[in-house]
Amino acid sequence: MIRSALILLVLLGAYWLALSGYLDNPVLLTVGAISVVLVVAMVMRMEIMDTETAPYFHGKSLGYFAWMFVQITKSNVEVVKAILSPDMEISPTMTKVPMPHSTDIGRVTFANSITLTPGTVAIEMQDDTILVHALLTSMTDQKAFAEMGERAAWAVSDPMSGNNIQHEGGK
Amino acid sequence: MSGEFFHTAQMFIAGVLMIGGVFFVLAGAIGVIRMPDFYTRMHAAGVTDTLGAELILLGLIVQAGFSQTSIKLVFIAFFLFLTSPTATHAVVGAAWQSGLKPKLGKYKAPAPGERKPKPKPKAKRKAPAKTAKKAQAAKKPKAKT
Repeated sequence: MIRSALILLVLLGAYWLALSGYLDNPVLLTVGAISVVLVVAMVMRMEIMDTETAPYFHGKSLGYFAWMFVQITKSNVEVVKAILSPDMEISPTMTKVPMPHSTDIGRVTFANSITLTPGTVAIEMQDDTILVHALLTSMTDQKAFAEMGERAAWAVSDPMSGNNIQHEGGK
Repeated sequence: MSGEFFHTAQMFIAGVLMIGGVFFVLAGAIGVIRMPDFYTRMHAAGVTDTLGAELILLGLIVQAGFSQTSIKLVFIAFFLFLTSPTATHAVVGAAWQSGLKPKLGKYKAPAPGERKPKPKPKAKRKAPAKTAKKAQAAKKPKAKT
């Protein structure tokens, strides 16, 4: 809790400085500091402080972003090829993908990653599966989905024990 | 001299990235027009959301150099990564919940002469068989596990 509050404090301060760019105006700096402290105090009073409220980057999520960018580029090229070929041979498919993630943030990261790669869209989240619509049948490779799920879980430190879903966060 | 060269190279890379982004945005727009049904159109729109927008933003970041502007552009690129799949999922989820069934199975774009404005009565005889086939394909929208 205290750790999350400190992370949020540092992040908000850096965010304020980056967006405003005022580094030599004492009045504005003081007002900025007051607003940052006020926001952290409000978040603590509302008791919604957890790892979702204070999202911080570490090497893992940056590595996951780099990997995602390569995947996005690959599937973009596939989809654009299908669009621009005169015949436009596509084979829309619906498939169910197992989702063994146990935390909310792990589930959201996995589903958002599926939607972010063009050619696959997460339609509906059931208990431990995601309903996915794919543009080409070749995009519904279960091994590729499993790999993406493992990497997503690794990026947000999800234990991947599907049976006990712990819903954390603002309640 | 070398500073000028660096500046030219920077602008060249920025231009190449932005032209690449424009290509993907254009391809996405063409895809939205060509695709047969709502769900497949969302896939084409996804091209515009991801690589199109990100390449244009990357080009702008290179053009701005290391400054406050580029930091703001990095933030925009990051938030786009989070918001665009959420918006796509909201639209597709709404369509699915209201009962729109996706077309499944193989699809091929009709050849240029295939869709004439007024076909002769003889040609019409072929049409019902085709629509029946399509209806059959639409009748089984259940997921293939």
